[in-house]
Amino acid sequence: MFVFRYDKTFEGLLTAVFDAYSRKTFPDTLLSEAEPAPMFMEQEYRVVTETGKSTRVWMALNKKLSREVCGMLMHVWLSELPKSDELLLRYMRKVFDSPHSVTTNFTDDDVVQVEKIARKVSRERMHLIQFVRFIKAADDIFFAPVSPIYNALPLTLHYFTDRFADQKWLIYDIRRRYGYFYDLNTAEEVTLNDDTHLLGGKLDEKLMAQDEKLFQDMWKTYFQALTIKERLNPKLQRQHMPRRFWKFLPEKS
Amino acid sequence: MNELVLEKLKVLAESAKYDVSCSSSGTTRKNRPGAIGSAAGWGICHSFTEDGRCVSLLKIMLTNNCMYDCAYCINRRGNDIRRATFTVQELVELTIEFYRRNYIEGLFLSSGVVNNPDYTMERMVRVVKDLRTVHRYNGYIHMKSIPGASPELVGEAGKYADRLSVNIEISKEQNLKLLAPEKDHQSVYRPMFYIQQGVLSSAEERKRFRHAPRFAPAGQSTQMIIGATDESDKDILQLSSALYQRPSMKRVYYSGYIPINTYDTRLPVLKQAPLVRENRLYQADWLMRFYGFRANEIVNETFPNLDLEVDPKLAWALRHPEAFPVDLNKADYAMILRVPGIGVKSAKLIVASRKHGRITSSTLKKIGVVMKRAQYFITCNELSTFTVNEAQPEYVRNVLTEKRSSKRESDNRQLSIIFPD
Ligand code: SF4
Repeated sequence: MFVFRYDKTFEGLLTAVFDAYSRKTFPDTLLSEAEPAPMFMEQEYRVVTETGKSTRVWMALNKKLSREVCGMLMHVWLSELPKSDELLLRYMRKVFDSPHSVTTNFTDDDVVQVEKIARKVSRERMHLIQFVRFIKAADDIFFAPVSPIYNALPLTLHYFTDRFADQKWLIYDIRRRYGYFYDLNTAEEVTLNDDTHLLGGKLDEKLMAQDEKLFQDMWKTYFQALTIKERLNPKLQRQHMPRRFWKFLPEKS
Repeated sequence: MNELVLEKLKVLAESAKYDVSCSSSGTTRKNRPGAIGSAAGWGICHSFTEDGRCVSLLKIMLTNNCMYDCAYCINRRGNDIRRATFTVQELVELTIEFYRRNYIEGLFLSSGVVNNPDYTMERMVRVVKDLRTVHRYNGYIHMKSIPGASPELVGEAGKYADRLSVNIEISKEQNLKLLAPEKDHQSVYRPMFYIQQGVLSSAEERKRFRHAPRFAPAGQSTQMIIGATDESDKDILQLSSALYQRPSMKRVYYSGYIPINTYDTRLPVLKQAPLVRENRLYQADWLMRFYGFRANEIVNETFPNLDLEVDPKLAWALRHPEAFPVDLNKADYAMILRVPGIGVKSAKLIVASRKHGRITSSTLKKIGVVMKRAQYFITCNELSTFTVNEAQPEYVRNVLTEKRSSKRESDNRQLSIIFPD
């Protein structure tokens, strides 16, 4: 069994692809630098991430694949699912080795898997776009804690910077403990030194803007008034709006 | 902003909630620098109520005072309910603040009629105009046009709103007049026509000047109430189909009549809103818009009403066994689309996959075809010796009829399918 070790970044993975082709050895398993070696390891190779190499691989992919499919690969990477890097590696090999386009070949399991996982991640991205709730803080920054199951926050940046262009905001992934702060110009990745008070997903009322509570109450009132009591259907509600988002929604707390 | 506004909000949301045409789709607009908001082009639901409906827009009335007395409406003048009126300023601020918190995609504004149609319409236009011009709000706006409003005000509204709508409510005019004596079809079709003209002439302008102002870029929609009067599904769907022929008509909504003003003897006695029928109408509408079905294939003289037990696509297939089985390795896209259990996405994937080799049942499963339904209507290589023709439509129908929880309840299942726009 051939093992490649790399730094578990997307650039690292692309570098691994580059190295595999230049060495003409293809790994059966991808491991992080610290993971223990498998029992039947025959050979190990350590990938050193290089932007030059990763960019070349990414360009080559972009040449062979539509933007949509390249986006799908990014989605699969952000799923953070175990072995999704190996899936991507196999997929990229098929793309490079086949003279025909493989992306619509649904008789191939890897193609189906990539499509499936990408769809799940994209659904999580959509959930964020739907269920992010900003809380206006006393310093006029709109703060939203999130906790997506896949690392979908980076995929939403374009949407949030476009929509909320004239307010400062911070969306913080409390599961992964990082977020993005938008300062009216660009959104930058941030990690807060002291984020423990945010990890519960709530902002202390003392830190809120003066009328924040009132608008939350109004939203809650509005939401409750909308329900048509003749048609109650909590199952349908949960199906569209999974429970795990509820703690961030003023209307559900 | 204070507690008083909160009370008004409660009253006016209650009053607006029965209106279903709340999708926010149809416009894609990037934000401009220094402005707030964008319209995403497809309806984003920001919450779901306990009855499972999508909350996308702040659906609200400017006032629930009304001088009319429409039998099917809770706000009719004869009803003893709490009444409230927002000021323009209050409603504008509420919209902006909700929007900034990502609660909503935008505003859906309607109103009871006060003084006269134009007086009412003028105040509504002030709300949307303020949002766009004073607050540089760039999010979605759906505004209802008041039946009987003047072309000038409809024209003003179209400058600021993404979508305008005038509700037909009742598809046969004599029935409309029975339940809403102050309205007639003229008062609905005229504003509809003004909107259409606005949309068309702005499109013409924009061909010549790229920056000519847009007019209601998401077109118009309308709504019909189902089950308050004796129209058949054929009456309803034929009208929908005729409306969809018009250039600016984007959506027709169906709203199962919820028995509210039960004291009014002109209304039928219903225990519950006809939800299954409403759902079937949406499915039929969907077939007309995306599956290439014509209205008279779905309902006609022989079958004037939709089958409540099976969806209209399956119903069509069962009435036309001669069209099946469809050979998935050869048939064209349009025919594949007609197979029960195969949706638009699967049909496209099937056509795309054929380039790589023959379609087999395992390919179909991977693609996401509902084999339980599709098996009776297709062949592909090894599959299907037991199609609708061998099995007989009646048999297939029985197997595929959705199970009921209780035999006695005939029309009370919840809306379980919500179509995206
Ligand atoms: S005009 Fe509109 S608000 Fe007034 S009673 Fe009729 S439906 Fe209701």
